[in-house]
Amino acid sequence: MKIAVASGKGGTGKTTIAVSLALAASTAKVQLLDCDVEAPNCHIFLKPVVDEEEVVSLDVPAVIEQKCTYCKKCKELCQFNAIAVFGKTIMVFKEMCHSCGGCFLVCPEEAFSRDSREIGTVVTGKGKGSIKFVQGRLRVGEALATPLIKAVRSRALEDGLVILDAPPGTSCPVINTVRGADYTLLVTEPTPFGLHDLKLAAGVLWKLEQPFGVILNRSDLGYGEVEKWCNKNNVPVHLKIPFDRKVAEGYAKGQPLVEIVPNYRDRFAFLLKELSK
Amino acid sequence: MKEILVLSGKGGTGKTTITASLALLAQNSVLADCDVDASDLHLLVSPNVQESHDFWSGVTAKVDPKKCTGCGTCAELCRFEAVSMGEKAYIDHFSCEGCTVCAHFCPEDAIELEPNLSGEWYISETKYGAMVHARLHVGEENSGKLVSLVKRESRELAEEIGAKWIIVDGPPGIGCPVISSFSGADLVLAVTEPTSSGLQDLKRLIKLAYHFKTDVCVCINKWDLNESFCNEIEVYLEDNEIPLVAKIPFDKAAVDSLVAGKPLLEYTTGLAADAIRKMWPRIEAMLLS
Ligand code: SF4
Ligand code: SF4
Repeated sequence: MKIAVASGKGGTGKTTIAVSLALAASTAKVQLLDCDVEAPNCHIFLKPVVDEEEVVSLDVPAVIEQKCTYCKKCKELCQFNAIAVFGKTIMVFKEMCHSCGGCFLVCPEEAFSRDSREIGTVVTGKGKGSIKFVQGRLRVGEALATPLIKAVRSRALEDGLVILDAPPGTSCPVINTVRGADYTLLVTEPTPFGLHDLKLAAGVLWKLEQPFGVILNRSDLGYGEVEKWCNKNNVPVHLKIPFDRKVAEGYAKGQPLVEIVPNYRDRFAFLLKELSK
Repeated sequence: MKEILVLSGKGGTGKTTITASLALLAQNSVLADCDVDASDLHLLVSPNVQESHDFWSGVTAKVDPKKCTGCGTCAELCRFEAVSMGEKAYIDHFSCEGCTVCAHFCPEDAIELEPNLSGEWYISETKYGAMVHARLHVGEENSGKLVSLVKRESRELAEEIGAKWIIVDGPPGIGCPVISSFSGADLVLAVTEPTSSGLQDLKRLIKLAYHFKTDVCVCINKWDLNESFCNEIEVYLEDNEIPLVAKIPFDKAAVDSLVAGKPLLEYTTGLAADAIRKMWPRIEAMLLS
């Protein structure tokens, strides 16, 4: 079973909840995939032993100048402005390339050779309770998160329980994480921001036609509209986690929720059981 | 005209609360909301939309089943696994990156490229000055292009009305939209909080600012929630000679101001509001030096 943990915006406690779910699972095989590659933080809470760090690169073109006749066919095809041709000069902007391969295919002179651009690393290891751990870390300065997320997802176990920590927002990186998950938990807080971002995140799941529910963090902030909205839209609220200074302090130090307040372990385990039905 | 970009790596550090308060402090400014994916700033500054425009960006490929013979060329060439083959080819909208390779090489000319309506953008009036903001549609790509557009429009607007400042509410993360938000920024204000995730995110942001050779200053929000971490951040900043422009204490009024839909500074005069007020002249001095 694959469960994604997402939220419209960051800082709602998504990561500590994703890690807590993994820790509370009674399943033999549990894997945590940190797909929030622009701000990967699961390791802070899971403290895994790293087995391997693998560099992920994209295939990008390099021009073989002697072969190029400046016909501009590549430039016309490239939708990402990664190639410029003027007069007898051709330039490839490696960092703009999406690696679609079009220029290689369209060039009549075979004037491109394969180069590569490093986009980040995929770290694998084992965390507490022998949880299998995979994390993508986007290279600072790299724009494309999606191919790295795909690389992380490609390491998902076929069986067992897979928890995916999704990036915030509603655009392609989120879609690429939650897509195909059996269930998605949206973590939010009862504030106008929380409600606004929840509506956006729910929009993603509705559009994908995938089932989801809500976990309400810092649930006693006093703004009732989030729950009202959930009720009205038949979105189940699975868990409410009231604000607790102890939790906030533990979080700061990198302790996951279930370690700070042990009885959450049962509640998360119960939730997992519910979801697997 | 000077441009300040407010960033936070991950969300939830209070970035938008601080941006809205800066808008109130900086007289004669244009606000630019570059968090186009999940913007919240409008909830605090209640913009009155004056102009709204469609944002068209890129194309999506679509198969014409009448022409498709099911040869499979597109599926073979597409690097984004967007094409699945049955009797005919089918292209998945969410996976397609609009590279046009399939359309170019289809022997039957069966693939049409449809322009994407990816979002909207607006020019608005607020109590605190003009504002440019946008909304990317769910699941769209090209958030970077929309960010560039918002920045371009806010600069034009600032020139037109002779504004002194552009205050940019930046997107989360360090990827495509954030990179786009750097262009033209004179100073980055990184908002962090005293947690281990906060510190890691801050380090990534600072590295990115170095990468783009943009000056950066930092404010630590809710600093008193964990004094030892706060200390760790301060040491890190000192070692790297990065100015700390404010330490903002935890203040329950920050949440209340969200509920009230007002910038914190307008809502209350507590300790947090005070710290933000004192921060502005420091930022101003950095921008003008
Ligand atoms: S591989 Fe595609 S995106 Fe990259 S330069 Fe060639 S045509 Fe452009
Ligand atoms: S346009 Fe590019 S990404 Fe889209 S289906 Fe065609 S080959 Fe694939």
